[in-house]
Formats: sequence, C-alpha cells, structure tokens
Amino acid sequence: MEAAVFLVVGLVAVIAAAMVVTGRNAVHAALFLIINIVSLAILFLLLGAEFVAAIQIVVYAGAIMVLFLYVVMFSGAAATPEGPDRLAWQRRIAVVAGLMLLVLAVKVISHGGLGPVPAGKQVAGSPAVIGEIVFTQYALPFEIASLLLLVAMVGAIALAKEKKE
Amino acid sequence: MMEAIPTGYCLFLSAILFTIGVVGFLTRRNAVLVFMCIEIMLNAVNLSFIAFARRLGSLDGQVAVLFVITVAAAEVAVGLSIIVALFRKRKTVDVDQIDLMKW
Repeated sequence: MEAAVFLVVGLVAVIAAAMVVTGRNAVHAALFLIINIVSLAILFLLLGAEFVAAIQIVVYAGAIMVLFLYVVMFSGAAATPEGPDRLAWQRRIAVVAGLMLLVLAVKVISHGGLGPVPAGKQVAGSPAVIGEIVFTQYALPFEIASLLLLVAMVGAIALAKEKKE
Repeated sequence: MMEAIPTGYCLFLSAILFTIGVVGFLTRRNAVLVFMCIEIMLNAVNLSFIAFARRLGSLDGQVAVLFVITVAAAEVAVGLSIIVALFRKRKTVDVDQIDLMKW
C-alpha cells in the first residue's frame, strides 16, 4: 500500500518536473513546480517527516512559489514564449550531460546496503521532537539562519527598489 | 506499521529529479525558469536527506532539510530581486541577451 502511493506520487513528481523543464509557458511551469513540491511533501509524510512536510507546503509552495509567480508576471514571461537557442547544439549536449550525471548517480546509489529500512529505529518527526533538537543541538545554525533571512530581506528590498533620480 | 519504502528507491527518485533539474538549468533561457530548475534540484536533495534520516533513525536529516528550505527561501528572495532589477534595466530576462560582459 505504501509502495503503491510511493510509485504514484513519485511518477507525478517526475512528470511535473519534466513539464517544468520543457514547457513553453512560464506560468504553467510555475504551477507544475507547485505540483512537484506538493508531491514531494506527500513523500516526506510517507517517510515519517511530518513537520518538514508541513513546512515544505507552507514555505515552499505557499511563499516561494508565490514569489516566483509575482516575478513571472512582472517580467512579462507569460506573454512571450522563448525563442530559439543561440547555441544550436546546446539542448542535445545538456541532455547528454544530464544522462551521464544520472548514470553516475545510479552507480553510486547501487553500491551498497540500501535495501529495506531496519524496523524499530524510526522516530516520527513531530514538531516537538524537531523543536527539541533545533533549539538545543542546532541552536547556533538556527540563529544564523534567522540572521540570514534578515540579510536576505534587507538585500532584496535594496536591490529591487526603484532608484529615485 | 507496514514496511517502509526501501531507501534505494527514494535515492533513485532523488537522482532522477536532480538530473531533470540539471538539464533544465542548462537548457532554459528565461532567468526565472532557470531559478525554478534550481528549486527542483534543492527539492531532490531534500528528498535524499529525508530518506537517509528515515534509514538511520536520526532526525538530523530533517533538521538539515529545514535549513535547506530556509536558505532556499533567502536565495529566492535575493535572486528574484536581482532579476527584477535586471528586467527594469534591460527590459528582458532572457539569459542569452544579458551578454554585455562577453568578450
């Protein structure tokens, strides 16, 4: 039953990612990326990461993708489809390079010991447990992450401001 | 609880998604779409983090995913504001047209 859900959701994720990469319309690509993100959140739920799945939907699909859609509509990418490439063989070389990367990754993955998960060792990632780890063991990265978000916010506003003449 | 998904399958899916992201990153010409392919790659890595967290019974992988999502959000904010500034100046987001520094 879990395997069936994994298969279906994994297939949806791969198809959605392929449509992002090959679609003509930028707004459609953003919506397909939202489908990809939500299907990955379902996979996180299957793998016992409940808090991370909720954060993925709220932050990634809910905030980051909305930001993407703002900029897609601002830059007029929705109206103008992409023209032909400047380098004629770019697409073919990219696909070949991607296939080489995939072969390498599969070779590394199948190297060993990645069969079924040993039972009885899993802890579900509830907010209480994750919070305990983040606020005690990873407190310094947590503070640095909040500083990073502040810097990013200030930087984004400074970069995108209209310059007054 | 039913038997969990073998880790190899999750890693294989993560590798496929990462490769799709790489091909899109190399191929697309709209800068915003290139950014979306970066997000696909980050999501693939998040999936492999969670798969390993599941396998090793430790939650460090999930904390790592939290930080990856945070950094991705900051990166998207700054990167998209750069694209907005670029669009204001050059009226295009086509990466092939942004070639003032080409030799």
